[in-house]
Amino acid sequence: MAAPASPSTRQARRLAPYGFLAPATILFALFFALPIGYAIYLSFRAVHVKGLGLGSHARTEVWAGFSNYTSALTDPELLGGAGRTLIYGGLLVPAMLGAALFFALLLDTPRIRLGAFSRLAIFLPYAVPGIVASLLWGFLYLPTVSPGYFLLTKAGMSGPDLLHGNGLYVALANIAVWGGTGFNMIVIYTSLRAIPAELYEAARLDGCSELQIALRIKIPMVAPSLVLTFFFSMIATLQVFSEPMTLKPMTNSLSSTWSPLMKVYRDAFIQGDIYSAAATSVVIAAATLVLSFGFLKLVNKRTAGGES
Amino acid sequence: MVLLLGAVYCLIPILWVVMASTKSSRELFSTFTFSPGTGFLDNLSELSAYRDGVYWQWLANSALYAGLGALLSAALSGVTGYALAKYRFRGRNALFNILLAGVLMPPITLAVPQYLLMAKAGLADSYWSVLLPSIVSPYGIYLARIYAAAAIPDEVVEAARVDGAREFRLFRSVALPMMVPGLVTVFLFQFVAIWNNFLLPYIMLGDDRKFPVTVGLYSLLQQGANAPALYTLVITGALLSIIPLIALFLGLQRYWRIDLLSGAVKS
Repeated sequence: MAAPASPSTRQARRLAPYGFLAPATILFALFFALPIGYAIYLSFRAVHVKGLGLGSHARTEVWAGFSNYTSALTDPELLGGAGRTLIYGGLLVPAMLGAALFFALLLDTPRIRLGAFSRLAIFLPYAVPGIVASLLWGFLYLPTVSPGYFLLTKAGMSGPDLLHGNGLYVALANIAVWGGTGFNMIVIYTSLRAIPAELYEAARLDGCSELQIALRIKIPMVAPSLVLTFFFSMIATLQVFSEPMTLKPMTNSLSSTWSPLMKVYRDAFIQGDIYSAAATSVVIAAATLVLSFGFLKLVNKRTAGGES
Repeated sequence: MVLLLGAVYCLIPILWVVMASTKSSRELFSTFTFSPGTGFLDNLSELSAYRDGVYWQWLANSALYAGLGALLSAALSGVTGYALAKYRFRGRNALFNILLAGVLMPPITLAVPQYLLMAKAGLADSYWSVLLPSIVSPYGIYLARIYAAAAIPDEVVEAARVDGAREFRLFRSVALPMMVPGLVTVFLFQFVAIWNNFLLPYIMLGDDRKFPVTVGLYSLLQQGANAPALYTLVITGALLSIIPLIALFLGLQRYWRIDLLSGAVKS
């Protein structure tokens, strides 16, 4: 600090950050903190109905303790939804990140043809809303309009049924793979571009093939961005909502509680039980936080262990 | 070769919707998928006529929600990210961590109580109910902070202070111009996020004149289940709804700083 600062400017510098942060803090309090607090409050309440529930004082809100939580946690539908989400995520995340890493490595090989075109084409679905993506794929899954089925029937075969039973998992995971691969590919590709080229020179002189370079140098170097993409894919998987909502009218094997978020929506807005909906949404939030911090801890431990 | 297969896989649904939108209802279920039909202009005029042109209203709403929301979001992220990156003060890390935890909040956990609170404030089913919650983007603040830390040298800030610049003037005329590339990225990310958002407007809005295009198309599809004639409208509407975003994308490719995401910023 070479500059002589008068007390008033020092004061200004101390107070300035608080001024800069005020708008974000106020908005965050109103649109994040307050709703979360309100959800937690509601999750401990319930409606008590007197008599037949008629008249103005027949329905009163009362303190419910943990009863909403016990019923949420023991609800077979929520557990079923969690299980379905797990299967869906188990298909989706490895397929999407595997494809993203694979394409990123291909883009990064020397003398690749049509690289710019492919990069753009694979990234394009990121600009398509989940609703619209589900709509398009939904039509492609319908045997009456799909080109795939058209070709298969011409060849005298019948296609797989993607709108019923276990085919649905593949159908839903495919929509998310289509939408998310390009974005993750770009993230991984960007960190590949940041690796200094000298690293490969030595390996090439030693006679390493491109494949060996990819496996031994590139993949370990981009591990941090793989961790990041895995983390965000995991969070997004837990919150699957618009894809199954869109496919629902096309099939009768998607229940209105297929995913945990759909169940919260149904409880709150179709059954009008905001209290149990609040409890379920708090449970989902808590599960997300526990998973996230657990994952981050694990990753930090691994990397710290790797360095020592 | 394999890369091209990936590209083809990603383009198939887009090609399909381009072709399908040219078919009349009858052709849709009878002709080969990738052969063009004869009904594109009819589909377009039918879509425009549907409920007095509500479709165009949806597109305009989406543009308003995404454009204004992303603009305010980028401005807020800029000022917040700058303060978090360039000042040392008490509570800085705590505040940043609380903001980051916001990223992990499932949208439904926020949207249900947000709706109830908006209803109490008499704002449910209004433009505000969709616009206001989209302004704070923890993700945008995080990106802006990384960018400010990398792009604004401390010496420049100090030099301006020595020249007697007030703190706010310093931000506006020295720091902000340096942050523009990063803030453009925040704007684009937020624009796509708001444009593609379904859950929040779906919960907040009841009046279909205020729907963004995602919720509008969804409501069309819901009715289409009972009236297959609406399917051609849904398909044509889907095609028109992705054109603006793809145009934005191709036009502004140069401004996407994806390297911000992996935290590797070369200043």
